[in-house]
Amino acid sequence: MPKVEVKNLYKIFGSNPKKIIPILKQGKGKAEILKSTGHGVGVNNANFQVDEGEIFVVMGLSGSGKSTLIRCLNLLIRPTSGEVLIDGENIAACNKEELLRIRRKKIAMVFQNFALLPHRTVESNVEFGLEIQGVDPATRREKALEALRLVGLEGHEDRMPSQLSGGMQQRVGLARALATDPDILLMDESFSALDPLIRKEMQDELLALQTKMHKTIIFITHDLDEALKLGDKIAIMKDGVIVQTGTPEDILTNPADDYVKEFVQDVNRVKVVTAANIMTRPDPIAYAKDGVRVAVRKMREASISSIFVVDKEHHVKGILSIDKAVEMLKSGTHDPESVRRAIDPNVETVSPDTSIETLLPLVINSKYPIVVIDAEQKVMGIIIKVSVLSGILGEENEND
Amino acid sequence: MIRLPIGDVVETAVDWMTVNWAGFFGGIKLILLWIITSFQTLFNWIPFFIMIPLIAALAWFLAGRGTAIFSVVGLLVIVSIGLWEQTMATLALVVTATLIALVIGIPLGIWMSRSNTVNRIVRPILDFMQTMPAFVYLIPAVYFFDLGMVPGAVATVIFAMPPAVRLTNLGIRQVPADVIEAARSFGCTGNQMLFKVQIPLAMSTILAGLNQTIMLSLSMVVISSMIGAEGLGIPVLQGITQLKVGLGFEGGLAVVILAMVLDRITQGLGKSNSEKMNAK
Ligand SMILES: Nc1ncnc2c1ncn2[C@@H]1O[C@H](COP(=O)(O)OP(=O)(O)OP(=O)(O)O)[C@@H](O)[C@H]1O
Ligand SMILES: [Mg+2]
Repeated sequence: MPKVEVKNLYKIFGSNPKKIIPILKQGKGKAEILKSTGHGVGVNNANFQVDEGEIFVVMGLSGSGKSTLIRCLNLLIRPTSGEVLIDGENIAACNKEELLRIRRKKIAMVFQNFALLPHRTVESNVEFGLEIQGVDPATRREKALEALRLVGLEGHEDRMPSQLSGGMQQRVGLARALATDPDILLMDESFSALDPLIRKEMQDELLALQTKMHKTIIFITHDLDEALKLGDKIAIMKDGVIVQTGTPEDILTNPADDYVKEFVQDVNRVKVVTAANIMTRPDPIAYAKDGVRVAVRKMREASISSIFVVDKEHHVKGILSIDKAVEMLKSGTHDPESVRRAIDPNVETVSPDTSIETLLPLVINSKYPIVVIDAEQKVMGIIIKVSVLSGILGEENEND
Repeated sequence: MIRLPIGDVVETAVDWMTVNWAGFFGGIKLILLWIITSFQTLFNWIPFFIMIPLIAALAWFLAGRGTAIFSVVGLLVIVSIGLWEQTMATLALVVTATLIALVIGIPLGIWMSRSNTVNRIVRPILDFMQTMPAFVYLIPAVYFFDLGMVPGAVATVIFAMPPAVRLTNLGIRQVPADVIEAARSFGCTGNQMLFKVQIPLAMSTILAGLNQTIMLSLSMVVISSMIGAEGLGIPVLQGITQLKVGLGFEGGLAVVILAMVLDRITQGLGKSNSEKMNAK
């Protein structure tokens, strides 16, 4: 059973919203309906499922209905029609008590502009959800401190929100949502108000938290990079309609229509970014003359499991894995010749102007990093999987 | 042109109420009289050389050293011109009127903030209460409650309550929508929203209303004395009727000093409240 399932969901703003649904079903668009009936279309027949532990990203231009959609999931906005199933239970049909219970225990929300309570300290903001459940102060405090520790804000519990930077305020917002230990997190452009560096940091942190916590997260953004980085699945909205749902790869490779294509165009950097942009320094590197003992020490120091071996002209000879090297040390063979025999010579080499598009299959199929060599066959740098992926996501390489 | 019998209608209504609701008004009168005299007795029972340090300490705590010093000097001036007892009577009247105005005004303001219908109905009534010349309230007040402190307090409450209502309403309506939404998303009930979010966030605006209510109550002091309320209005009235300029001036001065002390203290209350939120 999916954790969250939305079926035929409509939200129409206006005096007689139910009357508009048949008109929408005839295929009339949002602009037309606004003009002829004065009703605003927020969400038009949305259908999707989110599995437990998944990050589901909703993207779309401003006004496409993302905020309306996400607010239908905890009934901050009441849908005009349709079902919202949380663990199979339709919350659109819940009574008041059941809704309160779901909001208190199952779903928590993180907002774009943090929406902290300015009259309360950081800790008491984080305790808020537990406080209104009637949890006793000692337990409250314990859980709040735990949540603050998770988001890296220990030691700030007695400060006021206005004393914190934007990034820290949003950490409080996140801790407040985590404190009640909900299954589902709703995040409406939660990182959009932060400056780019902090934003990237928060994305990384959310992903790190997610590997520990396995929440089901619905995340809204209008930033493609953020969507690709965070999303297990991405849904793209236009004028209240979900025009495509799929994995990041689906969306990138098979955009459903021109609207999606336009969104994805950004990602042409797959073709633009080259090996030279994303390679890292080949550090450490072993020399063929070094012998096994030195190679092992270099690997130990750098905590790596294999090392490239070059000759004195810096031509790549191959790669030596730690297993092989240790095996040789044990058997007591460490004459230079035997080292040469232990090296695996089958390493992929590419020129610095190779595009990411070409690199991608190579890194995926290769056991080892890929070596970038110049015209004289000398080693310039190496490329590891992570840098290809972050190259796709458009992050700067810290090593250039 | 037809003469509309508005005055006659009001007169008949007031007559009718005086007769038929005598028990009700009698009850209110007893309660009010009890509250006012309790305060008055208390304030006069505490000797001035204890009362002044108490007020100064409160001023220091809420508004800082300057206000504390001003309070001591100002109140000693009042003692030296022999108006301490009247000042305490006026203070009792102001405190009573303010308390009643808050007890009625804050819930009314909350109700207005939650219902646009109530808002539409109450707003013109508040306008009416505030713009009707204060003297006019004296007549029915005397009808219902005789002469003395009680009708003075009633007229004062009517005149001084509107800011408490208005600013409570305004403060609650000004609470940012995203904070309300966040609180709802965590499963707040209506009461939790009111007491844990709306009132705390509206507090500095509500305190501004308190400040205005106190100031308006003080401005009724002289008028109340015309219907026999004790206090600083008496020397002022004597100054006017007996052409004693000096006495009138001293009474007026005491009112001003009391007003400034109360104003600074309640402003300090509002300031310390909003400083807490915007700590830098
Ligand atoms: N309370 C409302 N009353 C009337 N129309 C509304 C209301 N809330 C939203 N809408 C309309 O619904 C549509 C979707 O709005 P929504 O806020 O969901 O968009 P969004 O995708 O979140 O945009 P943004 O990226 O700017 O946040 C818009 O056309 C908006 O004008
Ligand atoms: Mg939005």
